[in-house]
Amino acid sequence: MNATGASNTRVVLVDDHALFRAGVRAELDGLVDVVGDAATVVEAVSLIREATPDVVLLDVHMPDGGGLEVLRQVGTDVPATQFLALSVSDAAEDVIAVIRAGARGYVTKTISGTELADAVRRVHGGDAVFSPRLAGFVLDAFAGAGSGRPGPAPFAGDHAADLDQLTPREREVLQHIARGYMYKEIAQRLGISAKTVEAHVSAVLRKLQLSSRHELSRWAAARRMLD
Amino acid sequence: MSEMAVTPTERAATVRDLRRDPGNGMVAGVCEGFGKRLDIDPLLLRIVFGATTLASGLGLVAYILAWMLVPAEAGEPAASADALRSRRNRRAALEVGLGAGCLVVALLLGFREAGLPFSDALTWPFVLVAAGGALIWRQSVGRPGARHADLREVGARQGARPVAGAAAPVAPLLLDLGEADTDSRPAVISRIGIGVTLVIAAAIVFLQMTGALAAATDVALAAIVVAIALVVIFAPFFFGLVTSLSLERAERIRSQERAEVAAHLHDSVLQTLALVQKRADDPRAVAALARRQERELRTWLTGAPAHAEGRWLAGALQAAAQEVEEAHGVAIDVVAVGDAPLDRDGEALVAAAREAMLNAAKFAGDAGAVAVYAEAGKTRLEVFVRDRGPGFDPATVPADRRGVRESILGRMERHGGRAAVHAAPGGGGTEVELVLERRGEAS
Repeated sequence: MNATGASNTRVVLVDDHALFRAGVRAELDGLVDVVGDAATVVEAVSLIREATPDVVLLDVHMPDGGGLEVLRQVGTDVPATQFLALSVSDAAEDVIAVIRAGARGYVTKTISGTELADAVRRVHGGDAVFSPRLAGFVLDAFAGAGSGRPGPAPFAGDHAADLDQLTPREREVLQHIARGYMYKEIAQRLGISAKTVEAHVSAVLRKLQLSSRHELSRWAAARRMLD
Repeated sequence: MSEMAVTPTERAATVRDLRRDPGNGMVAGVCEGFGKRLDIDPLLLRIVFGATTLASGLGLVAYILAWMLVPAEAGEPAASADALRSRRNRRAALEVGLGAGCLVVALLLGFREAGLPFSDALTWPFVLVAAGGALIWRQSVGRPGARHADLREVGARQGARPVAGAAAPVAPLLLDLGEADTDSRPAVISRIGIGVTLVIAAAIVFLQMTGALAAATDVALAAIVVAIALVVIFAPFFFGLVTSLSLERAERIRSQERAEVAAHLHDSVLQTLALVQKRADDPRAVAALARRQERELRTWLTGAPAHAEGRWLAGALQAAAQEVEEAHGVAIDVVAVGDAPLDRDGEALVAAAREAMLNAAKFAGDAGAVAVYAEAGKTRLEVFVRDRGPGFDPATVPADRRGVRESILGRMERHGGRAAVHAAPGGGGTEVELVLERRGEAS
């Protein structure tokens, strides 16, 4: 894990909107080292293989398959590279799909430059970055908290049941993230260390990626029908 | 055009529960229906019908009679009046054809029994001609009043094209296509096709049986050549007509779509862009405008139902957040987990949340976005409104905030919920927590 300094974090930006790429580049200028950007899936895949950046900022929605397709094609070619999904508010199932394909977090495009640089650094350091919106999506996906609407049902898998649900503490941490608290503040409120908060979030990410595919896709399907 | 003299209800009364089952049957579902009613294997009945048909032709006659007299199962989806009319019309057409054939069969078999010299060479062609002719006649000259009404209707709908002035050979076809607007076009064509085939078959059978076919070969050849020539002449005209009609229709649909999208963009995006230009010196207003427009456009693009707003928790909170955003130019992010329909207490919860958002926007609007988190659990609804303002000590609430707090805390208590204000002194921000226990949904 190479966390020598903020400006040394090498970042590749993948988004099909030129205007947006220019904006993010300007905002990240001096905070991280943007080594390249790509507008299409093909471009992105070859650029990532070539440049092996520390972090890839990945748009969820692009014409030819989006972030999911990039993750799928790059696969395990670049083990040192971390992915962070960056997008405007998208449909929950698309975001969850990108996370499940290997992205370490999801932030919305309205995030400020310094916050984004911070998120990049944290992802580079191996942490998961959950925005309030992603925390909401994940709670929705795991809990199916909706009680009135006929929708996402709670997971009922007997096998690997621990992968299919969150512990009360993990739920609590996610709820605080969704409520707009920073990790530090959550640690303070819950009386635990910031490291423990990180550990909980990483555990949630792992569950999200490993949990029984069947249950999560059922949730996604139910969700798609509702939206 | 009258239906059979016996109406369906009378039939149902006399032969209770006896229904054809065209969905499962081989031909018209007669055997299937009888089998169901008599509780025996329909295969047995099929064998009986087949055997009697081969032996004397009686089976066929009985089957056809049953087809006409026994109503189809009521379970058939009669989607619309149009579909029903079309099906009845189609059925009636075939029934008339079959009926004519059966009558002639009966008549000729009767003659033969009586000793009149009706050989097979005469009998079967007669039957085929009768059935086919009846089909064609019914399709072409049947129910003239109704057809003309249809034509007028079609003419009015399609910009009064001069159908009546079309070339004579094409006229009957066009008339049928006019009728096809209530009936499907392929159905009409196939009915005419069946009729024509029957008549031609009759002619061939007759010629074959009388041995005149060999002599007729030359004539037939000539006739076929003429027919092909006619097809070659009229086919392009006909296909051109059909193609241009469908092209015209597709073009009309496209331009309608375009007009609709243009109208929507004009009412929303262009207006907002104009406003943005006007207020370019006020970044907060511009940001709020952009956010509102984004939300609106997104809703429109996903085709989300508008009725969800105000009636369900997440939608109502979104709407409230949008109002406050517009009024105060502060970004409010709403994250909702689960959703629930709102009763009166739920509406109070949303109203209290709106007050909390207003409060945050007024007193902490400069400190960044306000976060709203709502969770609809099985037993309770929770809403958290968090700002990053300077924070305050709940014990020393300024007088001007008392009213607002009253409308949050007091309102929640009145509706059986509770509210709490968590404040982190020293810039940590303020969070308003609203909790409403859900009463049993059954009560």
